[in-house]
Amino acid sequence: MIQVRELSKFYGKKAVVEKVNVNIHRGKITSFIGPNGAGKSTLLSMVSRLLDADTGEVLVDNDNVKKMKSNDFSKRVSILRQSNFMNVRLTIRELVSFGRFPHSKGHLNAQDIRIVEQAMEYMELLDMQHEYLDELSGGQRQRAFIAMVIAQDTDYILLDEPLNNLDMKHSVQIMKILRRLVEDLGKTVVIVLHDINFASVYSDRIVALKDGRVVKDGPTDEIINSDALKEIYDMDIPIQKMNNCNICVYFNS
Amino acid sequence: MKKRYLIIALILLSFLSLFVGVSHITPMDLLDFKSEETEIFLISRLPRLVAILLAGAGMSIAGLIMQQLSRNKFVSPTTAGTLDATRLGILVSMLLFTNASMLEKMAVAFAFALAGTLLFMQILDRIKFKDAIFIPLVGLMFGNILSSITTFFAYKSNVIQNMSAWLQGDFSMIMKGRYELLYISIPVLIITYLYANRFTVAGMGEDFSKNLGLAYKRIVNIGLILVALITTTVVLTVGMIPFLGLIIPNIVSIFKGDHLQKTLPHTALLGAIFLLICDILGRVLIYPYEISISLMVGVIGSGIFLYLLFRRKAYA
Repeated sequence: MIQVRELSKFYGKKAVVEKVNVNIHRGKITSFIGPNGAGKSTLLSMVSRLLDADTGEVLVDNDNVKKMKSNDFSKRVSILRQSNFMNVRLTIRELVSFGRFPHSKGHLNAQDIRIVEQAMEYMELLDMQHEYLDELSGGQRQRAFIAMVIAQDTDYILLDEPLNNLDMKHSVQIMKILRRLVEDLGKTVVIVLHDINFASVYSDRIVALKDGRVVKDGPTDEIINSDALKEIYDMDIPIQKMNNCNICVYFNS
Repeated sequence: MKKRYLIIALILLSFLSLFVGVSHITPMDLLDFKSEETEIFLISRLPRLVAILLAGAGMSIAGLIMQQLSRNKFVSPTTAGTLDATRLGILVSMLLFTNASMLEKMAVAFAFALAGTLLFMQILDRIKFKDAIFIPLVGLMFGNILSSITTFFAYKSNVIQNMSAWLQGDFSMIMKGRYELLYISIPVLIITYLYANRFTVAGMGEDFSKNLGLAYKRIVNIGLILVALITTTVVLTVGMIPFLGLIIPNIVSIFKGDHLQKTLPHTALLGAIFLLICDILGRVLIYPYEISISLMVGVIGSGIFLYLLFRRKAYA
């Protein structure tokens, strides 16, 4: 379990994240939702140590992350942010191999190579493993990065808006993969999402943020209802049940 | 781009380079150890070849490291002010210690090269508008500012003539006893190879590096120190060689990608080959006179640079 305790981040005097307390449960998908500027990405960055918190602490399985060596930390928690380094020419295989970096420092042994190949197979990338990232489509590229995280083999996988710039088909594909990671491999996934319907359909728990504070935190069913959504988004959003999914119809509310 | 072909090309060109020049030397002459030809060979030709190989490989690797760490294909010692900072450092060392030894010059110039490059990286961090062409333009302006400072103080203290020796890269002055500083490139190349994976990871950005548990800032600093070392030794012994660090890594990247462990040998080889070709041409074109290497590389290199620019546009 990841425990977030009284975590705050200030830019100047303004708090972007203020005294946040959240528990992230093992073996579940937890979605962070909320309006723009709610502090979702900032919170995720602090949990993953990309950003230093101003106050508070984060515990991963009861270990304070501040006291962990960065190499040990990177074997337990991985983070994927919106990928904006598309000018690097690496092949899929090279990228996925870097997932083993915390374990091997770049000198892959037979076991590392096997893990890399399994990760590519899992993401159905084996056929195109020698293609360059800058020549792939957005969906393929996102899959390559997820394969890298699989090869990194951490218990916790954090993703910051992984569906950005993806079309419907690829978004669904990525979400299904994350679901499988949780169910097949027992991973714990934390994901920042903009589309609440993806959060509703695919996550086990939802943490809703607004103005840097947690306004709702609980199992998905408890959050996806009109009253809670009104509090989070200031919108009247009717919920429709379709194929056992709760769909928020927010387009004309 | 096979490594094997590059090595063969390098050996053939090296051989050619050894036996091209004003005094006619044939391999047969070398059998007589005491002949004048052998002496010229050992004092001038061989050092010249070694200097070209080390400078060519070194500057290309320096460019490769800079491009990787700045995540911009158009950043290199030429386009980031490193060369100009080095020259300013040499001027300062000349003004401070009138009879500066090579090592004193080296130390001061190194400090300036490093400071200049760090300053440029700081500017990079602060620029919001991260356009691939805009950044090297900023670097060129930065370099020109440093260069004008150098010129001003050189003019004031009457050392313009002296300084221009470091403005123009020139291999004709390379002789035994005047190029050995360049051997520093060899350990630097080895260290670069050992750090290749880390540089590749760092090239994918701070967040990406931190995710993989890499001490990003430290790796960037190590990279910049290596760049400053190579640049300083080359400028001090040969002079400025523009564009080399810019075009060679770009050409290799097109064919071999950006995985440093894979591309380092190619980059070093191609850099040496390119510089050898430029040098041989410079010696042959207006025989028995010589065109300086910085002019040759400047002309051929800027042509290739333009090609790369247009090619990039076509792909964007």
